[in-house]
Amino acid sequence: MSNELTIALAGNPNAGKTTLFNALTGARQHVGNYPGVTVDSKEGQYSKDGLKCRLVDLPGIYSLSPYSEEEVVARDYLVNQRPGVIINIVDAANLERNLYLSCQFMEMGVPMVIALNMIDVAKKRGLEIDHDRLSELIGLPVCPIVARTGQGISELMATAIAHAREHSKWQPADISYGDDLDSAMIDLTGMIEQGEFLTKDYPGRWTALKYLEKDDRHLSIGDSADVKLSSQLVAKVEQVSRHLEQTVGSEPDAMIADHRYGFIKSIVKQNVVHRTMDQDRLHASDRIDKVVTHRFAGPLIMLLILMGLYNFTFTYSALPIAWFEAFFSWLGGLADTHVAEGYFKSMLISGIIDGIGGVLGFVPLIMFMFFGIALLEDTGYLARVAFMMDRIFRIFGLHGSSVMAYVISGGIAGGCAVPGVMATRTLRSPKERMATLLTVPFMNCGAKLPVIALLVGAFFSEHQARYMFLFTLLAWVMALLAAKLLRMTVLRGPATPFVLELPPYRFPTFQGLLIHTWEKTWQYIKKAGTVILGISILIWAMMTFPGLPDADRQLFEVQRQQIASQATPALLAELDGPDEPSLAALAIQDDLLAVGGAEAEAALRYSVAGRIGTSMETVSWLPGFDWRTNIALVGGFAAKEVIISTLGTSYSLGEVDPDASDSLGTTLAKDSGWNAVKALSVIIFVMFYAPCFVTVACIVKEAGSWKWGVFSITFNTVFAFMFSSLVYQVGSRVF
Amino acid sequence: MAKIQLREMAKNQAGVIAAVKVGGELGQRIRDMGLVPGTEISIQGRAPLYDPVALRVMGGTLSLRNNEADFIEVEVNDE
Repeated sequence: MSNELTIALAGNPNAGKTTLFNALTGARQHVGNYPGVTVDSKEGQYSKDGLKCRLVDLPGIYSLSPYSEEEVVARDYLVNQRPGVIINIVDAANLERNLYLSCQFMEMGVPMVIALNMIDVAKKRGLEIDHDRLSELIGLPVCPIVARTGQGISELMATAIAHAREHSKWQPADISYGDDLDSAMIDLTGMIEQGEFLTKDYPGRWTALKYLEKDDRHLSIGDSADVKLSSQLVAKVEQVSRHLEQTVGSEPDAMIADHRYGFIKSIVKQNVVHRTMDQDRLHASDRIDKVVTHRFAGPLIMLLILMGLYNFTFTYSALPIAWFEAFFSWLGGLADTHVAEGYFKSMLISGIIDGIGGVLGFVPLIMFMFFGIALLEDTGYLARVAFMMDRIFRIFGLHGSSVMAYVISGGIAGGCAVPGVMATRTLRSPKERMATLLTVPFMNCGAKLPVIALLVGAFFSEHQARYMFLFTLLAWVMALLAAKLLRMTVLRGPATPFVLELPPYRFPTFQGLLIHTWEKTWQYIKKAGTVILGISILIWAMMTFPGLPDADRQLFEVQRQQIASQATPALLAELDGPDEPSLAALAIQDDLLAVGGAEAEAALRYSVAGRIGTSMETVSWLPGFDWRTNIALVGGFAAKEVIISTLGTSYSLGEVDPDASDSLGTTLAKDSGWNAVKALSVIIFVMFYAPCFVTVACIVKEAGSWKWGVFSITFNTVFAFMFSSLVYQVGSRVF
Repeated sequence: MAKIQLREMAKNQAGVIAAVKVGGELGQRIRDMGLVPGTEISIQGRAPLYDPVALRVMGGTLSLRNNEADFIEVEVNDE
């Protein structure tokens, strides 16, 4: 045995696995991703008596079936990485259900120690577990612990290390599945061992069991190793299946599960559990549920809690976000005064500093939101939200838990799709999760709001509040319908089984909340950050290059000189002087600014983005957009608030501040190219077209493939284009 | 004793699972969570729109959609 020991932590969700992992490793942990899937892989360091241990936190699972990514990851890890020992965390208050997974580890034969967690909670519930007796009956060491306080952890680790030293070979446990299956197991195991079928990696008995369970994943591994033997095994299993179907009317996989529970119950009944209280009495947790999931009070309380989470996230993160903004505008100012004029300066300020500022601007938001979500998840409330909302969201092919992501993305207007997309992590149903994360960008995030407010203010000023509310409602309806559409097409397939545990309410540990929050934030900075910076520079380049030809620049320069030559030197000096300039001097300044604005407009139109915008007029007449709107929408891919400043530049107004866009609103309201129908068409397009690239970067990360990022950009833009075109074409004819 | 479907059980009614008549992923999930023949269950409540249903099983609480619960047959005392 080498000097380093690998210990895997495994157990059901809610059994306290993460709490134990945090208690053992503290901050010495590292989060990554298993290749090709979106399951987190967590590793940490632990040392005891000079022995360094590598701790691997496997995803929380109920079973080793092949149906979910988490379960497959756990299974593959055990087989391919062969940890020295696994610590199986078992919730003492929920012993029988938790031992079901233990039973499947025993079938694999991995060296294992059982950590009987939360014995304090069990005791309060009137359950005392004779761990020595349990250990004796299942033939594995059992250590009582309280992960939250650290009680028994040191003994647990000593036991695990000693157990790993004594047991280096895997020994599958011999559990009985009834006479018919037991004899089939003997036959199958014989065939497997004789043919040395997969025996290098998997114990023969385990392969036999997986063939009986008709485990698709293991069958395909078997097929690629030896098709002939594999099909012989399948034929044998078919024979047994038919026999069982005729005699007891059951399938082998069902019988195996029944017998696992039979095995567990037979152990637990042998004086392992002593009950000192009536088990039917209501626990504190059930009493809370009576109120919190009550038919009328439940949804109201949920609304309050979700509003609270929303306010907490967006109100309290506003201050640190303002600090970040102030810091980056200070940095931009610094670059402005100290770096020589030219493309490098422009890239430094508009590409790099704004780009990094854009990435880090989301950090406080993500931190606050994940703290809030971790709190709801760790207390057990999130499961209740899923329970209450499932009936509604299921209609659209989603899951009860989807509601969180929608609310955060702007279900209450003014959220942000970036943390919203990341919040879909709490969803364990793959198709429902994908449909959610692809449609949350339809919500009205805080960056779309100023654009909508500008146009509503300019064209629908009489019913401003009513229109804003209608647009929030429209976002919900369209997001849910789009989700339904996705679930009927690219993400079609039956609903993932809901079967959800409602864990007892618990106080989360502060350490756990902090680690969780930091983890998510760091993942965002690391993964999304690099991509975002790159795209930010690209968009800057698109809006800058190619620069105006010298001849055109000369023309603007001539205009400037003409203005200056008409003025007396005294008037020009007034503009730079300390006193309030006279009206005549101000008129000259306005003329100069107008020339500057016209030059910026010409430069923008000449750039790649401008040319794209102009060439898009060939199709964009359908939703009624001219080249100015097109450029603004291209710029909006960087961040939706950029739409306002770009629109300002294209109307020769120079830079327009999104929070003070009155001048732009007045210009648009007076412009003959704009009317209420066009404004509505633009609002709808802005609501539904491609998410900003920060969101796209997060979608790519969460969905695990670039394909989905491209899909999101295309699908949303086509959807928005068709919707806007319909509104504009019908609207223009009716009004 | 009578066999009824889980969906028909009233709030707080208790019974013993008689059969789980579904295979595949759903069947596996139901069994993984301890809903196997012979297990005692009771109905803890239903969500505001009467679906899903919350069950007490072996000291814990589980919830199932009604259309998933339809595959579960429960033996209850006639009253």
